[in-house]
Amino acid sequence: MTFDPSYKEQGLKSVGTRPLRPDGVDKVTGRARYGADFNMPGQLVGRVLRSPHAHARIVRIDTSQAEALKGVKAVVTAADLPDQSNGDAATFAVLDNCMARKKAMYDGHAVAAVAAIDASVAKAALKLIVVEYEVLPHVVDVDVAMAADAPVLDETVFTTGVEPAPKTPSNVANRSEFGHGDVEAGFAKADMIVERNYKTEQTHQGYIEPHACVANCNSDGTADLWVCTQGPFVYRQVCADLLGLDVSKLRVTSSEIGGGFGGKTHVWAEPVALALSRKAGRPVKLVMTREEVFRASGPTSATSIDVKIGAKKDGTITAAEATLRYTSGPYAGMWAELGAMTSFACYDLENVKTVGWEVVVNRPKVAAYRAPSAPMAAFAIESAVDELAHKIGMDAVDFRIKNAASDGSKSSYGPVYGPIGIGPTLEAAKSHPHMSAPLGENQGRGMACGFWFNFGGQTCVDLNIGADGTVTIAVGTVDVGGSRASLSLITAEELGIPYENVKAIVADTSSLGYNDMTDGSRGTFSSSMAAISAARNAIQVMRERAATMWDISVDDIIWEDGHAKAVGATHDNLAPLSVADIAAEAGNTGGPIAGHSELVADGAGVSFGTHICDVEVDPETGSTRVVRYTVIQDAGKAVHPDYVEGQYQGGAVQGIGWALNEEYVYGADGRLQNPGFLDYRIPVCSDLPMIDTQILEIPNPNHPYGVRGVGETSIVPPLAAVANAVSNAVDVRMFHIPVSPPRILAALNAQAKG
Amino acid sequence: MTSIAVSTTINGDDVEFLCNADETLLDVLRNRLGLMGAKEGCGTGDCGACSTIMDGRVVCSCLVLGAETQGREIETIEGMSEGQDLHPLQAKFIEHAALQCGICTPGFLMAAKALLAAHPDPSEEEIRFWLAGNLCRCTGYDKIVRAVQGAAAEMRGAKT
Amino acid sequence: MRYESPATIENAVDLLANSDGHAFVLAGGTDLLVRMKGDDFNASLVVDIKSVDGMGQIEETADGFVIGAAVPCAALSEHAALVAAWPGVVEAANLIGSTQVQSRCTMSGNLCNASPAADSVPAMVAANAQARIIGPDGRRTIDVADVPTAPGQTSLAKGEIIEAILLPKPGARTGDAYLRFIPRTEMDIAVVGAAVNLTLDTDGTVQTARVVLGAVAPSVVVVDAAADALLGSKLSEDTLKSVEVACVAASNPIDDKRGTVEFRNQVAGVLGRRAAAIAFERAGGQS
Ligand SMILES: Cc1cc2nc3c(=O)[nH]c(=O)nc-3n(C[C@H](O)[C@H](O)[C@H](O)COP(=O)(O)OP(=O)(O)OC[C@H]3O[C@@H](n4cnc5c(N)ncnc54)[C@H](O)[C@@H]3O)c2cc1C
Ligand code: FES
Ligand code: FES
Repeated sequence: MTFDPSYKEQGLKSVGTRPLRPDGVDKVTGRARYGADFNMPGQLVGRVLRSPHAHARIVRIDTSQAEALKGVKAVVTAADLPDQSNGDAATFAVLDNCMARKKAMYDGHAVAAVAAIDASVAKAALKLIVVEYEVLPHVVDVDVAMAADAPVLDETVFTTGVEPAPKTPSNVANRSEFGHGDVEAGFAKADMIVERNYKTEQTHQGYIEPHACVANCNSDGTADLWVCTQGPFVYRQVCADLLGLDVSKLRVTSSEIGGGFGGKTHVWAEPVALALSRKAGRPVKLVMTREEVFRASGPTSATSIDVKIGAKKDGTITAAEATLRYTSGPYAGMWAELGAMTSFACYDLENVKTVGWEVVVNRPKVAAYRAPSAPMAAFAIESAVDELAHKIGMDAVDFRIKNAASDGSKSSYGPVYGPIGIGPTLEAAKSHPHMSAPLGENQGRGMACGFWFNFGGQTCVDLNIGADGTVTIAVGTVDVGGSRASLSLITAEELGIPYENVKAIVADTSSLGYNDMTDGSRGTFSSSMAAISAARNAIQVMRERAATMWDISVDDIIWEDGHAKAVGATHDNLAPLSVADIAAEAGNTGGPIAGHSELVADGAGVSFGTHICDVEVDPETGSTRVVRYTVIQDAGKAVHPDYVEGQYQGGAVQGIGWALNEEYVYGADGRLQNPGFLDYRIPVCSDLPMIDTQILEIPNPNHPYGVRGVGETSIVPPLAAVANAVSNAVDVRMFHIPVSPPRILAALNAQAKG
Repeated sequence: MTSIAVSTTINGDDVEFLCNADETLLDVLRNRLGLMGAKEGCGTGDCGACSTIMDGRVVCSCLVLGAETQGREIETIEGMSEGQDLHPLQAKFIEHAALQCGICTPGFLMAAKALLAAHPDPSEEEIRFWLAGNLCRCTGYDKIVRAVQGAAAEMRGAKT
Repeated sequence: MRYESPATIENAVDLLANSDGHAFVLAGGTDLLVRMKGDDFNASLVVDIKSVDGMGQIEETADGFVIGAAVPCAALSEHAALVAAWPGVVEAANLIGSTQVQSRCTMSGNLCNASPAADSVPAMVAANAQARIIGPDGRRTIDVADVPTAPGQTSLAKGEIIEAILLPKPGARTGDAYLRFIPRTEMDIAVVGAAVNLTLDTDGTVQTARVVLGAVAPSVVVVDAAADALLGSKLSEDTLKSVEVACVAASNPIDDKRGTVEFRNQVAGVLGRRAAAIAFERAGGQS
């Protein structure tokens, strides 16, 4: 049956309600099993030795003493993970990041690993590994790394995307460009122009669960990996590629996941654990310490962004331009490109141009973090937009409303929008009571908008109907924040049965077809699409079974309210058959009843949000408290509103942390100074007020219920919303995130000096 | 390394175990006793995911040596519900969607339990400061605070 | 590593005195256990003092308060007489860490850890607290200010243990206060700390004063110039300004991950001034 994903307005019974989540009891009783909560018989403890240098050639590694230590069962280095990338730069980068080959590229880069019978032996063994380094000059700052005299990290990096192609290597991996119109002509028409440079510091996803896995390689070529991941199928593929295993022989089981936010879409130590297990011939459990998580797993880019925006006195933006420089760690990614794409996505612009520069530096390899690359760009653009509105004397919301993109606008990154939520979220902000609430002394209000694409991608779902008519739905997208509840709701809706009769589970890689990972806000969007498709297939089967039971034509049977109903004058006296009725007879009508779906979910539906933030700043210390915060975002359709609100609140608070205090601090030696939660300051409970939310529902035309991804957009506006609020509270503009107390005080001092 | 024999009480039951001198209570619970409800988010007292209650005070079990628990009374998340009956805090956490990934939840529940034992009617500010040593990266804390408020109200109601 | 939990203080001293030099006193463990996790930490013996008789008690005497070295900071705020006498000291001790850390951490541990940013130390020094030390050669009592000698170092000899912190009985019309600056509201280490302890004359002017800064030098800084500015005053705007200026001048910090020199100097002045105002009010002063 061909699946029609288009949106149809309909009365919904389950979708939009707030039932208890299916995994709740396990999680409040401590029974849910996360990455580190799994053990195998005979398992060893794995640990990784990491470079203390930001940039160093590995001259020699001597593992003999460690190998000789009693209780050590395996020691691996790059030699045990030979390069099988066949010239594929992306695969090689992953491999090199898992285990440094010729050079350590950042403080914390893995250089060797051990598997031993317990943690103390493993710790002792690490100390016995001798690594001789030749320390090289390093660079961590994005602007410094782009300078002509910067130490070059990788002699094979020649900037792509520039004409003519450069003849000398540099730290600039690529250039990307987006936009349309003629910005110079546009600026010529402007009455007022704001031109600024903004900087943001590197932050970490900060999930509370460190990376953890148990790896087991058997002598027959089969292998198992239990791991906390956002993408078991992707981990399987990458690990199989790096280790030369058959994909089908490596079974990856995703544990409950203690937060990921993008950081668990990339492999880190998992291939190392598999290599250790292969060498030792025993299962290996490898759990990163918090320090390792900060030093060696995915932070975001640090950025330096130039923005120039011009507008007429009436508030029309005539041209907008941005140059965005993003660090990517030692290996090129597409972070600047994403920043360049998202920069001006909220606005309908005649002339717009963005240029992204991807810059390699001696910092850990950048990983996706919730709407990756968008928050920094939004900080720069939304700060400049705010300043421009002030300058032309227009209300900041009205100015944005005047320039907001809408249905039919050509986006700054190319596509033409369908129905979108930027205008409605701005209108909602304008009329929100928060906007007109009085402010106290030293308080200021800021607002900002944000955009995220959302992704769909490859998805596969199995729906099985039990003999009693209850339903299990097996999905391959990991549940990072309540998606099992949402998918159960959707399945119940489509089948017309109660929520309680559906149980959603996350399948391992051997039990289900390939699924892309839970990222790009795709979990609920794409798996619900597949769940609806699978349910429709199961309904078709049930109608056929009902036809057999009744001995009438399937064409005379409709599916309504969870029942097969016979239609037509001759069948009037047949009582409808419930799912349970049909399931009970399954053995006599053709066997078990199931519905499957494999699809590529297209049209995830872009998402917009507008945030309002009040802060109070102590002008004598620069101390800043968020005193009120409101998130307004388009969800398309909120399947389980509690968890949609939760995504809005969680993203907003991560953004607030980024805006105020979170940052990687490097010493002059290029070593990370704050690899722990004491000095890497994520928001704590007492830092925050309640986070108000307002869910708008502008249906996504490409989903049967109108669902859009909701997980990421909420982290995009806060950096600018907070910075704008601070600027309004103390009347000095902030250009550098985080707007930590020392930066605020320094800005105030500079202003006082004139 | 010679092991130390420790007798203690965990969730009301007598428990004996052997541990090394440098093993923490968290190591003992997770690796020796199979009580894996307490989570290790940092191992250094910063995240609260490993919170347990020792002699009535909430502690980070990653900052307590196993050997120190000799003769003490320990409460862990595994002892919070009575049979099939969830503690009001547990029920309210589910009801208020106060967990997303849930890794922080056992720690929050233990800390909140100690809070409500000491302050049955805490203000929002008291709740927020008491729970400041429990990090949650998913929820933004809003629904957690509401769940604790809800449980406090219910528990006060149950007493009168 | 060996773990011992002696029942008497003499036994604890013996264990430490006869150790190989890699022995540590364990009080609340909130510093020691964190250090133990480090790959480079090496201990052969840990002596837990929490089972030692009397170490877990707060005793109110004619002269003041004797706070056993194993008293967790959470217990300080539960002692009404202590809170009434030394609200600033108790506040400072209660700022350490989280609720969980409070259940365990001690003022003696805070002192012996000898971090320049220790919260309870400036407040104790301002309050003229003393440390009663027991060692192989018997007991001695020294000023709290003389315990830390440099970051991570103390004047305690091998085998010596702080047995108790002694706080005097505050005179009439005495008030103390401690403020610290942290970027968040909790769970941070002080970027700057300021403690003030002062006593008023019957006429309401400041008769004695101590102003102490933390986290702006290798160890606490006693700011005599700020105290002098307070003496004889009723805390006019000018006095407060002088306190601020004196604190800025005395502040001698470094740039590090927690703050810049410029920031610390400026905030030291602000907190010194604000703490003085609170202490003055607590003493019953009216400006
Ligand atoms: C999450 C977290 C947050 C923290 N926040 C703060 C903060 O805000 N402010 C702050 O100041 N500190 C903070 N700390 C540090 C620590 O909690 C304090 O320094 C605490 O007071 C130490 O006390 P303790 O009893 O736990 O010390 P322990 O760890 O037991 O001991 C510390 C050191 O002192 C020695 N020692 C202890 N007692 C004695 C004694 N009686 N005689 C001789 N030597 C002794 C030990 O051998 C050890 O070297 C924090 C720690 C953590 C883990
Ligand atoms: S694991 Fe104990 S506080 Fe983080
Ligand atoms: S729910 Fe994920 S950390 Fe709290």
